[in-house]
Amino acid sequence: MQKRVTFNGWLLPMLLVLPQLLISAVFFFYPAGQALYQSLFIPDPFGLSSQFVGLGNFEYLLGDKYYRASFFTTALFSTLVTVVSMVPALLLAVLADRLIKGAGTYRTLLIWPYAVAPAVAGVLWLFMFNTRVGVVSWYLGQLGYDWNHVLNDGEAMGLVVVASAWGRISYNFLFFFAALQAVPRSVIEAAAIDGARFWRRFFTIVLPLLSPTTFFLLVVNIVYAFFETFGVIHTITSGGPQQATTILVYKVFSDGFVGQDLGSSAAQSVILLIVVGALTVFQFKFVEKRVHY
Amino acid sequence: MATLTLENVKKSFGKTDVIHGVDLSVNDGEFIVIVGPSGCGKSTLLRMVAGLETVSGGNIEIDGKTVNDLEPMDRDIAMVFQNYALYPHMSVRENMAYGLKVAKVPKPERDEKVAAAAQRLQLTDYLDRKPRELSGGQRQRVAMGRAIVREPAIFLFDEPLSNLDAKLRVQMRLEIKQLQSSLGVTSLYVTHDQVEAMTMADRMIVMNKGLAEQIGTPLEVYENPASLFAAQFIGSPAMNVLKGDVNNQTLSLENGASMPFTSKHQGPVHVGIRPEHIFPADDGILSLASSYAEPLGATTLLHGSLEGSNALLTVNLPGIAVGAGSPGQPHAKKFNFDAAHVHLFDLETGLNCT
Repeated sequence: MQKRVTFNGWLLPMLLVLPQLLISAVFFFYPAGQALYQSLFIPDPFGLSSQFVGLGNFEYLLGDKYYRASFFTTALFSTLVTVVSMVPALLLAVLADRLIKGAGTYRTLLIWPYAVAPAVAGVLWLFMFNTRVGVVSWYLGQLGYDWNHVLNDGEAMGLVVVASAWGRISYNFLFFFAALQAVPRSVIEAAAIDGARFWRRFFTIVLPLLSPTTFFLLVVNIVYAFFETFGVIHTITSGGPQQATTILVYKVFSDGFVGQDLGSSAAQSVILLIVVGALTVFQFKFVEKRVHY
Repeated sequence: MATLTLENVKKSFGKTDVIHGVDLSVNDGEFIVIVGPSGCGKSTLLRMVAGLETVSGGNIEIDGKTVNDLEPMDRDIAMVFQNYALYPHMSVRENMAYGLKVAKVPKPERDEKVAAAAQRLQLTDYLDRKPRELSGGQRQRVAMGRAIVREPAIFLFDEPLSNLDAKLRVQMRLEIKQLQSSLGVTSLYVTHDQVEAMTMADRMIVMNKGLAEQIGTPLEVYENPASLFAAQFIGSPAMNVLKGDVNNQTLSLENGASMPFTSKHQGPVHVGIRPEHIFPADDGILSLASSYAEPLGATTLLHGSLEGSNALLTVNLPGIAVGAGSPGQPHAKKFNFDAAHVHLFDLETGLNCT
């Protein structure tokens, strides 16, 4: 039996995909086109006219050491966010998977942080680590450590990474947990009989069987770290100190809407688009080949 | 090479008792088949021997050493699972070598053992394939190969053939049996298929509701079933059971017929007669009403209701015993049986009381 739906005319199918096409056009293609167009111009300070500069904005950006630093910051930040959000999630999922009693309760509690919006999570962590009134920084002070993420690059980076990754742990946990439940019990038992102990089984049997899920989460988390962490960075550090936490997306915002350099901001958007596109293609082409069994 | 002893082995999940105490003593090199219907506890028993389930009571000994609290890996066993449980991301070679690799066997020796096992199981050409590229029978062989390369003291088989088609099952049945006898490894084999039990077992355990109903060689169980359950479970088609009564020297059946019969037992009983022990006879005391024939070629099965009662009766006749012009209609209507082939079972306990 053929399950595929067939249409006689073209009107109905067009009508059915129209909402999706419209949304893509209005919220994706139009702004992307605008960014591409604007990236070729420099507007005057009052926004009354703009001058065509060709690839001048790009040329300037690639020669700008702050922009190159932002690339490095982004790479560091997204790597850290991905690792910090995936490794604990996997560990928690493995532990929850071994539970017999109360697994449901643990699962529910572990999923809660996902419901917290990134900006709210940012404020939450900011309060805990606030240099004057934060609970954690006060305790750190008692222990003799002077926490100040407003001045210290590393501490600022650490804080935004943790705040960004925290909610994602729940999301990743959910996927890892489901994937673990889908690993056939008998395969694990066969490995146990073959003499492999828990961690050996985990690394040689379970982890390879989880690889499709791990790959999916890798892509999703990197994209998250690139784009959706804006709220966290904006609330906690605003990109500081000294641009130490200015990732590419934040720089698009601060150069464009704070610095009013719309041409450069548009050019950065275009570069970001290319970077993420390339990253995704790379992941699908090379990493995905190795995750199927 | 090892012996296996179960002493009053019990298992309960919470408050539910699933195995009520099984005793068994397996000799070195023996092939024991545990047979029983779904839910009788046969797989649980096997998994307890494997160490995949905890033992709630009693004692399991391998080679005289209690293994109740040992991890599966410390019991020197290998297990073949129903769904093969191959590692899907590893090649056939890696699957078979995994146990050796974990045991830190050096690579040359590992390769040699895998090659030898592959040779034996005709898997040499498939060593670099992944399990998903193999047929059901080949996967089954890989699972066997993984078990034999480690040269364990005991093989455990958990319904290994139930995912194969009928023809392959017959072939693999023979291969497993031959492999086991040539290696001489003590084996425990769980199945729900009484044909596998009959053909493969040195001795079989018939299990029902967490109890071993009978332990014996296949022919012992077939010829002298210890209980009504064992009688009906072993043998295909299943044994006919009629209500009857033994009084003095006479056995009377529920259809009103009677025959001379000597037995210690007196009073009402279950009367068991195997379908293949019933034969056509013009003066027979069993007459079949509205019977239907299933000609299988070598034999013909007749199913019908017994005249004079509402009992159903199955008769297994040699050859093609149906009318040529009227398919489905048997030649004979009246049947008889030998008193020597009658089994009596207690109404209450179901135990053999012939």
